[in-house]
This record gives sequence, structure tokens and C-alpha cells, in this order.
Amino acid sequence: MREARGGDAAGAFARLRTFGERGCEVWRGVFGIPDYDAYLAHMRANHPDQTPLGRGEFLAWALDRRYAGRGPRCC
Amino acid sequence: MNKLLSILLWGAIAVVGAFAFATIALKRGESVSAVWLVTAALAIYYFAFRFYSRFIAHRVLAVDPSRATPAERHNDGMDYVPTNKWVLYGHHFAAIAGAGPLVGPVLAAQMGYLPGTLWILAGVVFAGAVQDMIVLFASVRHDGKSLGEMVKMELGPVPGSLALVGVLAIMIIILAVLSLVVVKALADSPWGTFTIAATIPIALLMGIYMRFIRPGRVGEASVIGVVLLLGSIWLGRAVAASAGWAPTFTLGGTQIAWAIILYGAIASSLPVWLMLAPRDYLSTFLKIGTVIALAIGIYAVGPALRMPDVSQFIDGSGPVFSGNLFPFLFITIACGAVSGFHALISSGTTPKMIESEGHIRMIGYGGMLTESFVAIMALTAACVLDPGVYFVMNSPAAVIGTTAANAAQVISSWGFVITPDVITQTAKDIGETTILSRAGGAPTLAVGMAQILAQALGGKSMEAFWYHFAILFEALFILTAVDAGTRVGRFMIQDMLGHVWAPLGNTELLPANIFGTGLCVALWGYILYQGVVDPLGGINTLWPLFGIGNQMLAGIALLLCTVVLMKMKRERYVWVTLAPTAWLLVTTLTAGWQKVFDPNPAIGFVALARKFGEAAANGTLLAPAKTVAEMQRVAFNNYLDAVICGFFVVLVVAMCVYAILVSLKALRVSRPTVQETPAVPRAPGAVYA
Repeated sequence: MREARGGDAAGAFARLRTFGERGCEVWRGVFGIPDYDAYLAHMRANHPDQTPLGRGEFLAWALDRRYAGRGPRCC
Repeated sequence: MNKLLSILLWGAIAVVGAFAFATIALKRGESVSAVWLVTAALAIYYFAFRFYSRFIAHRVLAVDPSRATPAERHNDGMDYVPTNKWVLYGHHFAAIAGAGPLVGPVLAAQMGYLPGTLWILAGVVFAGAVQDMIVLFASVRHDGKSLGEMVKMELGPVPGSLALVGVLAIMIIILAVLSLVVVKALADSPWGTFTIAATIPIALLMGIYMRFIRPGRVGEASVIGVVLLLGSIWLGRAVAASAGWAPTFTLGGTQIAWAIILYGAIASSLPVWLMLAPRDYLSTFLKIGTVIALAIGIYAVGPALRMPDVSQFIDGSGPVFSGNLFPFLFITIACGAVSGFHALISSGTTPKMIESEGHIRMIGYGGMLTESFVAIMALTAACVLDPGVYFVMNSPAAVIGTTAANAAQVISSWGFVITPDVITQTAKDIGETTILSRAGGAPTLAVGMAQILAQALGGKSMEAFWYHFAILFEALFILTAVDAGTRVGRFMIQDMLGHVWAPLGNTELLPANIFGTGLCVALWGYILYQGVVDPLGGINTLWPLFGIGNQMLAGIALLLCTVVLMKMKRERYVWVTLAPTAWLLVTTLTAGWQKVFDPNPAIGFVALARKFGEAAANGTLLAPAKTVAEMQRVAFNNYLDAVICGFFVVLVVAMCVYAILVSLKALRVSRPTVQETPAVPRAPGAVYA
């Protein structure tokens, strides 16, 4: 009984965590930072010969694309 | 069953909308609750989206969800990524939404709440959202190309280059006028200045956090940043109250202008992760939160609109900006009704990330409707204020003087009765020493928001907090735009200079970069400085210049849309873009002509320049200039404004001629001549949404 309840709490916590992670992913998407895992999957499937960027490099690239000046911004 | 439900739902929305409009119409002359205005706007948005955008998508453009988009064809996990419709909608909205829709409607409120509301609604439904959606469509069909590239492809190389020069000119003016809004909000306000200054270390901290401590944790860092920002507002109150610290943060207009110029130069040279990106996360967080809070606040409090429906200033004699309702209302409210700048966003990253052509309607048309809703709420916040307070805050010192007693007397004589006590009490309520001549929209909106939010949450004692929260929110936006805009401006300048002397165009070369950044900052910095020392208060001069430029860009974008429709052989529906194009050209060209040549010095740049030039030559001084040199500078600056304005007019006329020639040619050919990317069917298994 107690165990089941503990399992429920863990499950709820895991769900909350997934929910939080999804939230962060959406928030990153709003700022034009593409999903890193999707990028990795794409690279593995289509360009297995190339080394994909690391998470940090990928993030830095995304920031540069959005802010380094090429894209216009609104008033 | 579904059909019945849909009919019932749309019927109910129609009834609510009609009731809201009837309430506004029948109660003219009495006080109307702001709730009706907002409700009527929402009903219009629903209808426009459900019927007109659907008509455009299916009949005019014939979007084809089975056709692969650039995101699918070039999917590389980086630049081209098919993105969830709602995430992309958020991304697109965050990119188009700025300070523009918060400023224009507040300035236009001097003519009453009705003219502004009607233009925002009609403008967005028939022009603004149409432009955003069709440019997005065109870019998707042109393999994600930018506006400039599409103009070059469909209209020719000369119009392409002209469009780029026009974009740079508007960019410079936007940066100047937005910075001027910040100057007007922060001058002599230690509380405001402190909180804005505090955003710099907060952003740096967030930048380092996201880079080194918890890489990529954008959500976490944003929450931490917002909490610190709220803390800085509390601290700001203490700073303003402290005899030791208050003078340090009490700066005059020109000092703040120099601070912003310096900030722009330094910030735009730092790595983007350190300051620009965290600032952008913060301001987007605040924007979404504040817009939702304001909407809830309006419904919870139900404040009455105290501004008359139509004021006497539609005749052009208003203190906030001069000129008749036609054409000046239509260039004063740009963002929120129709904004040319959006054409750059709709042809930027969004078309490279769209998953299906079926999403174009929601993202292009729907995104702009949301921006328009922000404009309606800004207008509402300005119109629930005591009109006397509104005019105290927005009239230049040359008109109302510099004391509460004088201002109260002048404004009461216009029929908006106000006592000096009300003026000083309002300033005290929001924790400031004065509210006189704080033009530019931000402070007025902040007072309106503070009064609504304080009634909803916290009461009178919270008004000062909410006021500074609103100022912080707007200034944060604008400073982010100054930073990002300077970078964009630098790239454009280097692109152009590269044609003159190749090394200047090398963006990897430090001296070339410094030169580009310096030139860009110098250009907008000069216009900003001239606005700060302008005898008419700056906003009066610069906002119309920005409006003309922005609407001219919208005119160019809609001309492109028209040409694309003609070349697709869809001339049967060309009125969808031709009607708003014609309206924009008529208003922009009339306004441009009047700003240059009108004999009234309050409107015409040349007339004002002559007035000051002649007086200076005779040795007489015209207030508020104090020396002959100042008078000569006013004359020179007005000639300069006349030249910029004239340039916009010539540009738009030239584009129009090119568009007509290309359209006529397309009409004579019996097959489509548009340069779209050939259709490729979507991958098997793709969901046709």
C-alpha cells in the first residue's frame, strides 16, 4: 500500500519533470533555438559520417543566428 | 452536429460583438466601459480570422498543405527545421512584437478613442495581417528568401537595392525614436533610471548562468531574472528616497541620451550570449505576462473610458502630434494596424521553420491579430486615464509651460478641466516628482496600466510599484531593440560599404566592424540627440517620420504581394492586396508631402526650418531656443528631416512605378511567371494539417 503510494508520487514527480522539460523546450523554441535531440537524430540518420555539434556548440550557434545581426528585429 | 455547434458558436460571438459595438455606439457622449471596447475588438478578430483569413488562404493563395515547405525540403536540424505550429506561432509573435504597438496608439489617443480603435481594427484585418500572411506565403514559396531578395527576384535588381536602402533608413529612425521614448520616461526619474540600470548586471548574470553554470537552461534563467527585476523595482524606491543615492540616478534628458548612445555602442559589440540574449528572454517573458495581466485587469476592474470618443484635435491642432486625422492618424498608429517591419520578420526565420503551408494562416494572420490586440489594450490604458492627466503628460513644454499651475490652466482652457493639485497628486501616487511633458507613450501607458493593475491588485499603495514595473517593461524592450538593431544596422552598412571598398564589408575584420558599429550608432545617436533638444519635444517631429517610413515599407511589401499575385495569374483576387496598398500609398504620400511642404510650421519641416532660420538671421530668439546657434541647429535639423521624408516619398513612388510595369507585363502573359520554387510533394507519412 505504502509502496504503491510511493510509486504514485514518483510517477507524478516524473510527469512533472517531463512537463517542465517540455515547457523549457517550448520556451527555447519560441526564441528560435531548435531542439538539440532532434538535430542529433537528424545527423545520425542522414549524415552518419559527420560529427555533430556538441550541445554547447549547438546552443552558441543558435544564439548567434538569432542575435548576431543577420535577422532583422521589430520595433 | 459539428456544423451546428460551429453555427451556434459563431452566432454567439456575433451577438456578443454586435452588443459590444452597440453599447459603444449608443453611449456616445456618456461614459463607456473599456470592457466593451476590448470585447468588440476580440469579436472582430475572431471573425476576421475565421472568415477572411480562410478566404485568403484557400481562394486567393490556394495554399497547398501537401506541398513540401523549405523546412522539410532542406531539413538540416539547424536553419531549416519543421517546427510545431504553436511553438512557431510563439516564435513569430515574439519576433514581431516590440514597443511600437505600445507607443503609437497612446499618441493617437489625443483624437479620442474611436478614430484609433477603428483604424487599428480595420487596418489589421484588411492590411496588416494580410501583409504578414502573404509575405510569409511568398517567402515559403520562394524557398525562404528574404523580402529584399524577393523584391530583386520578382521586380528587378534596382528595386531590390532601393528596398534595402529604405530598410536601413527606417532602421536608423526606429532606433532613434525608440531611444527617445526611453529618454522621456527616465529623465529626472531616479527610481526608473535605477531599475533600468539594474537590468544590465541582471542580464550579465543570466548570460553567464546560461553559458557556464547551467548551459541552455533558458527557462530557469528567465525565472531568476524576473525575480531579480522585481527586486530591483523595490530597491529603486529606496534609492529614490535616499538623499545620498537619488542624485546619482537623477539624470537630465541629454545625459540619458548620451548614456543610451554609449550603451548601444558597447552592448552591440559584446558577444550575444552575454547580454542581448538574456535581455531578450526577460523582455519576452515580461511582455507575455504583462499583456495577459492587463487583459485580466481590464475585465476585472472594468474601468470607464474617460477620453471623449472623438476629441476636438481631429482638426490637426493637437499638442501631441500636429496634422489632421487624415493622413496623420494612419501613420501615427503603425504597429498594431499595419507595420512594414513585419514583412522582414515574415521573410526571416519563420518561413524556414514552417512545417506545412496549412500553418501560414495561423502564424501570419493570427500572429498579427495578437499584436493588434496589444495595441488595443495600449489605447484602452491611455483612454481610461483622466484626459487632463493625459494631456499634461503628452504636451510639450513649449505649449503647457513647466509648472503644474500653468499646465492646469492651459489644459483646462481646452475643455479638459484639471487642477494643479490633481497633477501633483498623480505624480506623487506613481512615486515621481513630475508628470509634465513626458511624451512618447511609455509613461502615459505606465500610468494607465498602474491605475488598472493597482485597482485589480494591491490598491493605491501599489500604484508606484506598477508604474515603475510598466516603465521597466517598456524600457527593457527598447534597449533590447537598440542592441539588436545596431547589430543589424552594422551588417547592412558593411554590406553597402563593401561595394565601395571591399575591406569595409568584411564582417570578420575588427576595424571594419568598429567602423560599421560606430557609423550606425552615430547616425541614430545624432537623430536621438536632435530629438532630445528639439523645441517641440522631439516625439512630435520624429514619430511621424518613423510612421511614414514604416508605412512606406508596408507599401513596398504589399506591392510585392500584389506583383506575386499577378505573376501567379491570380489577378481575379488582386484586390485583396491592391486595396490596402492603395490606402497605404495615399496616406503615406499625403503625409510625406505635408510634412515636407505644409506652410504651417507645426506640420511642415521646411516651414519650421525657414521660421527658425529667418529669425536667427534677424537675431531674434524663438522660445525655447536660448541662443542663435541653437536656432540655426533647429533650422538645419528640420531641413535634414525634410530630406529624409522626401527620400521616403521618392522611394515609394519609384517602387510603385516598377510594380506597375511588372504587373502589366504579367497580365499580358497567359501563364504564371512567378519565380517560385517548383512544387515537391511532402514526404509520405506527413500529416496534412
